[in-house]
Amino acid sequence: MKDFIDFFSFSDPNVRYVVLGSVLLAVSSAIVGSFTFLKKKSLVGDAVAHSVLPGVCLAFMLTGTKNPFILIVGAFCTGWISLVIMDQIVAKSKLKQDTAIGLVLSVFFGIGILLLTVIQSSGNAAQSGLDSFLFGKAAALVGEDLIAFGSVSIILLAVVYLLFKEFTLISFDENFAVAIGFPVRRLELVLTTLTVLAVVVGIQAVGVVLMAAMLITPAAAARFWTDNLKKMVLLSALFGAFSGIAGAFVSYTAPSMPTGPWIVMIISIIALFSFFFAPRRGIVLRLLRNYRNQQQILTENILKELFKMAEAGNKIEYSIEELLQFRSFDPSKLKPALSKLSRQGYVEKIDEKWKLTVEGQQKGQRVVKLHRLWELYLTEYLRIAPDHVHEDAETIEHVITPELEVRLEKLLDKPELDPHQSKIPY
Amino acid sequence: MIKQVQNPVLEVHDLTVSYSKKPVLWGVDFSLPKGSLVGIVGPNGAGKSTLIKAAMGIVPASSGYVKIFGEELDDVRGKVSYVPQRESVDWDFPASVLDVVMMGRYGKVGLFRSLRKSDKEVAENALRQVGMEAYAKRQISQLSGGQQQRVFLARALTQQADLYFMDEPFSGVDAATEKAIINLLREMSDQGKTVVVVHHDLQSVTTYFDWLVMLNLRLVASGPTDEVFTSELLQETYGGKLTLLTEVRDLMKKGQFPSREKV
Repeated sequence: MKDFIDFFSFSDPNVRYVVLGSVLLAVSSAIVGSFTFLKKKSLVGDAVAHSVLPGVCLAFMLTGTKNPFILIVGAFCTGWISLVIMDQIVAKSKLKQDTAIGLVLSVFFGIGILLLTVIQSSGNAAQSGLDSFLFGKAAALVGEDLIAFGSVSIILLAVVYLLFKEFTLISFDENFAVAIGFPVRRLELVLTTLTVLAVVVGIQAVGVVLMAAMLITPAAAARFWTDNLKKMVLLSALFGAFSGIAGAFVSYTAPSMPTGPWIVMIISIIALFSFFFAPRRGIVLRLLRNYRNQQQILTENILKELFKMAEAGNKIEYSIEELLQFRSFDPSKLKPALSKLSRQGYVEKIDEKWKLTVEGQQKGQRVVKLHRLWELYLTEYLRIAPDHVHEDAETIEHVITPELEVRLEKLLDKPELDPHQSKIPY
Repeated sequence: MIKQVQNPVLEVHDLTVSYSKKPVLWGVDFSLPKGSLVGIVGPNGAGKSTLIKAAMGIVPASSGYVKIFGEELDDVRGKVSYVPQRESVDWDFPASVLDVVMMGRYGKVGLFRSLRKSDKEVAENALRQVGMEAYAKRQISQLSGGQQQRVFLARALTQQADLYFMDEPFSGVDAATEKAIINLLREMSDQGKTVVVVHHDLQSVTTYFDWLVMLNLRLVASGPTDEVFTSELLQETYGGKLTLLTEVRDLMKKGQFPSREKV
């Protein structure tokens, strides 16, 4: 708790720097990454991230300093060249984009590692810390670095703000953008430049290996929560910012913990959580909805069968065995479903036998009615043979709403009999 | 049969278009009168979509030129509208119906500027014209094929153009939508707007269009529907492959020959 207060009071200037740096980097890559994600270029982002490493090394080898501006320029150059090469491979050869990405990523990264090894074995004392570009060194973001990377981030954000509508259009419908006379090629150029810039500043925090996660994951997570582009971009920025602060906090409380990988861990947890629990798009709620539908079908079927059995026979109480003879319910699910129905007041149990209550009778009758009405509708309006309509009605009877029920009755004019000459109960 | 017109709205002159060296349109040459409702017909792969994409500058021409209202395309973009094929975009994009329709105003508003209140009103009116006003806030992935097509049409309407190019606006739409769309197109052509439609269904050609452009890699015919919709020209458009032409074409692709010397 003490750590928590110390950290979030931001009294330590070092903490201020690291938090500000991490948040800026995470937010700018999340925002630019939203468009990379929507243009389905996630893997391109990964390739660019790996391709900036040789640039960093070359810039250092040529100048001998670790001035952040010079390193940014170097990283930017090779990042850009990698993009151009990928485009050219796709345009000029028979190779597809995935191959081009794989090729460029591994070749550039290989050269980068090679150069890094050369630098490290050269005995140049100034090189120490250069390898932090592999996994980032957010915890060491101070002074000069922060100013350099911070100003690039702010430029990024400003450009996206100004060109938001243009980027939206080229992400959604590029041909239309050409047709209305937008300078699409130049806009694409700006967007890719922004992506490279976001990568260049982002690697400072998380390193080339994990950079793709910073670009893509916040957008992918945000997409689960909203169908509105502006909200999605804001949300992904928020997710990025949160993971930036949280990552910095973790490495503050446990100094042996690396900041960059923790930022990535936290944004990944947010993405996983969204994947499972987001409303509508999340998996858990989808499964839950499925389960509820299954339950509704099962209980309505039980009421329906009890009603039909009473309709056909002369008694109203039936044992589980008799029910199973009438319809092949799953025996393991039948018992709990019956108990549930009795709790809800639709059936009652008398001496190991089940019978419908008045409410249950009404409900069962409604399902039977809908089933038969739908069969009649299918035969009369869709000209489907009477022996082919049962299966369909088995599902539809659970779907029809009271409003549709009224319309169906009106359309068929309250008929007496269904296509199989069974009486339709009202 | 190719009928040229005086003061054409659209003039296509000796247009040749190639995709990675493979020519898909050869020396197309025709002109269209103002206020006509034009159908572009031809078999699959005849270059129908390519023709309007080339006219809109979306694919580059290897030779020839296109003039609209007697001027270069870039000078009259504000008066030309394009409706791409419905399948050409990802409908899972995070946008509402109104968002997409408002994109039609982007050209008028220009770069860097945001949309104004009047743009929103234009978009809402366009939605009303295609009968989709109730769907303005709907996420576009929840639309049916016919509704998606109406949204694209509404987007085109907001451009308030004089010449419309539409790529298969009737593909994958229900009968009601097809009827609504054709009525709207007729209304537009009655108002003196020229509408050029890539069309697939020969059944409806004579009732829908008053001018036809028949394509099969090269121009077969261009003229008033009742003059060019003949079994002879149809046979020429649809019947049999132009074996010599396709063979030369494949040879060019194989040998990477340019379709014109300068390319």
